[in-house]
Amino acid sequence: MELDSIISQAKGQIDAAEDAATLDQVRVEFMGKKGKLTDMLKGLGKLSAEERPAAGQKINQAKQQIQQAIAAKGDALREAEMNAQLAEEAIDVTLPGRTVLPGNLHPVSRTIARIESFFGELGFAVKTGPEVEDGFHNFDALNIPANHPARADHDTFYFNPDVMLRTQTSGVQIRTMEAEAPPLRIISPGRVYRNDYDQTHTPMFHQVEGLMVDKNVSFTELKGILHDFLNHFFEESLQVRFRPSYFPFTEPSAEVDVMGKNGQWLEVLGCGMVHPNVLKAVNIDPEEYTGFAFGMGVERLTMLRYGVTDLRAFFENDLRFLKQFK
Amino acid sequence: MKISEQWLREWVNPSLSTNELSEQLSMAGLEVDEAAPVAGDFKGVLVGEVVECGQHPNADKLRVTKVSVGGEELLDIVCGAPNCRQGIKVAVAVVGAVLPGNFKIKKAKLRGEPSMGMLCSFSELGISDDHDGIIELPADAPVGADIREYLKLDDSSIDIDLTPNRADCLGIRGIAREVGVLNNLDVCEPQVDDVEPLTDVKRDVTLAAPQACPRYLGRVVSNVNVKAESPLWLKEKLRRSGIRSIDPIVDVTNFVLLEWGQPMHAFDLNSIEGGITVRMAEQGESLTLLDENTVELNDNTLVIADDNKALAMAGVFGGLHSGVTLDTNDILLESAFFSPDAIMGRARQYGLHTDASHRYERGVDPQLQRQVMERATALIINICGGEPGPVVEAVDNASLPKPASVTLRRARLHKVLGIAVDDNKVSEILRRLGMDVTESQEGWTADAPSYRFDLAIEEDLIEEVARVYGYNNIPNEAPVAALNMLPASEGTLPVSTLKALLVDRGFNEAITYSFVDPKVQDALFPEHKSLVLPHPIASDMSAMRVSLWPGLLGAAAHNQKRQQAHIRLFETGLRFIADPAAPSGVSQQNVIGGILAGRRIQEHWDGTDVPVDFYDVKGEVEALLSLTGKQNVTFEKAQHHALHPGMTAKVLIDGEEVGLLGAVHPQFTKMLGVSGRPFLFELDLSAITGRKLPDALPVSKYPANRRDIAVTVKDEVSVGALLSFVEKVGVNQLVGLNLFDVYKGKGIEPGYKSLALSLILQDPEKTLEETEIQQAVDTAVKSLETKFGAALRE
Repeated sequence: MELDSIISQAKGQIDAAEDAATLDQVRVEFMGKKGKLTDMLKGLGKLSAEERPAAGQKINQAKQQIQQAIAAKGDALREAEMNAQLAEEAIDVTLPGRTVLPGNLHPVSRTIARIESFFGELGFAVKTGPEVEDGFHNFDALNIPANHPARADHDTFYFNPDVMLRTQTSGVQIRTMEAEAPPLRIISPGRVYRNDYDQTHTPMFHQVEGLMVDKNVSFTELKGILHDFLNHFFEESLQVRFRPSYFPFTEPSAEVDVMGKNGQWLEVLGCGMVHPNVLKAVNIDPEEYTGFAFGMGVERLTMLRYGVTDLRAFFENDLRFLKQFK
Repeated sequence: MKISEQWLREWVNPSLSTNELSEQLSMAGLEVDEAAPVAGDFKGVLVGEVVECGQHPNADKLRVTKVSVGGEELLDIVCGAPNCRQGIKVAVAVVGAVLPGNFKIKKAKLRGEPSMGMLCSFSELGISDDHDGIIELPADAPVGADIREYLKLDDSSIDIDLTPNRADCLGIRGIAREVGVLNNLDVCEPQVDDVEPLTDVKRDVTLAAPQACPRYLGRVVSNVNVKAESPLWLKEKLRRSGIRSIDPIVDVTNFVLLEWGQPMHAFDLNSIEGGITVRMAEQGESLTLLDENTVELNDNTLVIADDNKALAMAGVFGGLHSGVTLDTNDILLESAFFSPDAIMGRARQYGLHTDASHRYERGVDPQLQRQVMERATALIINICGGEPGPVVEAVDNASLPKPASVTLRRARLHKVLGIAVDDNKVSEILRRLGMDVTESQEGWTADAPSYRFDLAIEEDLIEEVARVYGYNNIPNEAPVAALNMLPASEGTLPVSTLKALLVDRGFNEAITYSFVDPKVQDALFPEHKSLVLPHPIASDMSAMRVSLWPGLLGAAAHNQKRQQAHIRLFETGLRFIADPAAPSGVSQQNVIGGILAGRRIQEHWDGTDVPVDFYDVKGEVEALLSLTGKQNVTFEKAQHHALHPGMTAKVLIDGEEVGLLGAVHPQFTKMLGVSGRPFLFELDLSAITGRKLPDALPVSKYPANRRDIAVTVKDEVSVGALLSFVEKVGVNQLVGLNLFDVYKGKGIEPGYKSLALSLILQDPEKTLEETEIQQAVDTAVKSLETKFGAALRE
């Protein structure tokens, strides 16, 4: 009976313990060196040899019960403590994080990067060239001799009669063909300049020119690659038309229109088969090699792609505009 | 060029609507910009005759009229036009008519007088902006006829944007021919009969520069009445083709220009002394043009001269002295062929551009001059009266352009186009285009007609075949090429990687104009002489940038004015440094630059509102340079006119200067319109797009030991120099060095600063003994004492 009372006494105290220290005191009180159960174990010696094993077993059982109760209570106390700590540490996870938000590329660069990617996958290397250009590379080698009426259409910014801001990136084609032998596949993105400024013209804008020269390059292939490009660029199946046009450096030449959402054709690029005079100017035999070239206005494509309505916004660099191109 | 659709249809009339015709022309390479109605949308306007015209009893400026529109009753109409008078034929909007703008005509009373309609002006019918008075129709206009039908107003003005190679289409005749080809229709040219001379008055013509002018026709018409009025049909044709009526002589020459594409000129005969000579101008020869400007001619300019002086700039502009005026009695008509080479660029050289020069420099049909002379003579006599003299023609056949004979090889055609066009189809297309075609084993030989001087080489014929065959009938195919792998040097750091780093670090990319305000640039960069555009869009966009900074500062100012408090912008592109040794006299250097302005970080609940400082911009530059993997990067104190003298550094890689960074000099912020203290950097891309290939070393298995030391040094000691010195001092086991505190103030002598450094020591082969560690630290400290006067703080 004494043992039962000790157990219930211990359990009562264990239940009542509110912290680890109190619980430890309970442990000492019952199972410490001078604890109540320890005393009882010590008292076993007074018992007869026959009684001793049964009595000992009972005491040990009681000890185990109390130990388990203490352990369980300890776990409960630690869990409660942890819970309290966690509750204490809880924060408002909806507050904005501490970060440096990334900026973004200029929409014109983004379009150029996409164009480079489409053509890069087909093995077109990216080439660049000077923007202050000489008459040979901007005009003469492109089959636009001095006094040619096409020169007047270019609204060229001249520094002197032979030095100008390039009106097209086609000069890069010439430089590439001067330096490298066919087969050639290049695109050349970059700034170009025309002396014109209104709602639909800025004196500086961007072009991407493409050139492919090989032994059997044909007009069907020019049509094919541009048709695919426009559909991939806009990610929809667009109505595309090739309309005969004239550029001194290509023949046959075409302008390419896409059908806009308003039902109107919109011109997006010019292209054609490289004129034999252009190949001759860079010592490529036009009998052996043929080529196609195309040139597209980056701003125009960007405006159509992202719904930009004012061309001039591209060069104001207003952060409220730029940050929309995430 | 603008033409009247009806006029075109007089020559060739396909069964196509206006829109279909426009589409067809565009798809044949004659791009139609617009087909606009030639009159407003109105109905119920009739030809009427003013039978009576009297003063309005209650209004000085109004008249009361009785107008016949063919019915039994005359209409009472009140009219305010000054030219309203009895007997004229007018355009009457009767009751029930609807004028442009949905303006309905009703019975009305004007100042007490009834008005049963309205007499209309051209502007009220949306025909022209002429609102000087009411329309006066020709005397033979049939009373009661619908004005739309009578004036054939159901017409469009088609504006065609012609490419420079298609000069043959700078006239109705050429466009009609093209429409004929596309629709397989014959073109009916107007009958042109020779006008028999009635006098023998003439002027001799001498071709002194036959290569420039191989054909010149002159004809005198005596006793013309320039004061006669051009008939309405003529004025209307001109108007619908975008040309204003001037006087009958000019109107007729413009008419034939539009119709045939052949410019003509008329001189006042009595201002011509002797005969006509077509010659090159003498250098410096003076000529006053019809616009009353006097030019000094260059000797590359062809002129029409008499025995004593230049009369006109050939093919470009007439002279004032020999021009036809209302008082002119006798005229000399010119119809000439000037070769394109002689006219190209000449007009532009004098800042001129005329309908004549536009055509001559692109080329006109060399066989057309006589026909056009007869056409114009007949029209002038018809309108102005007068007696024609004989046509005097001077021609140098050897100098006239020869029709080209061009061979088209079947194999070449198929190779360039990528499809096999049927032989018969090719022959048919070439013939329809007016060529004389001979078939052969290899293909075709075609003689181009005189008006297609643009056809000279095989590609020209390929283009013609493709164009008429229809580009959209040619299939799309994927290009075929060998799969040659492109080289990609790992030692090149792509600019896109540098840009991506800045974007990730919160920068937005800017694109600014390459031309900037020279005032700003000269102030910031007095060391450079800007390359300046002689004819810029605006004077503040005239200097080619020598740095990205003027543009970036402009962009920052723009954003600051729009309440942007945290600005980080970068740009890549060329700067233009004058250099006589470089091609075109300018060194074009690819650079990357940026600007930081305003708050260091976006406003944040846990952040502090600290403006950017030098170490922010330096940190960005360090991040960029770390991409290169290059070790020997140093920053040195530097000076630049645009920057704060105490906050400027140059960046060196292997001792070579590659860029500059710093704070904008406060003396410029007002001029630049920026607020606060913006920080700038600019790096030469060619110097940082080279990347060091990694050369891997094994990682030490032995523990690393950290020892912290604090030293005091004088304020002026460069910490950068001190740190790189420690790295090189010869402590072999030093694998890491970090400056973790800079302290001034209490406990430190004024004029000194305390630097706290951590040294990380590690040996690749063994665990370092404490004595070895201490020895290494002592070596470092000692050398700092010697080199920088540093004192170890205990």
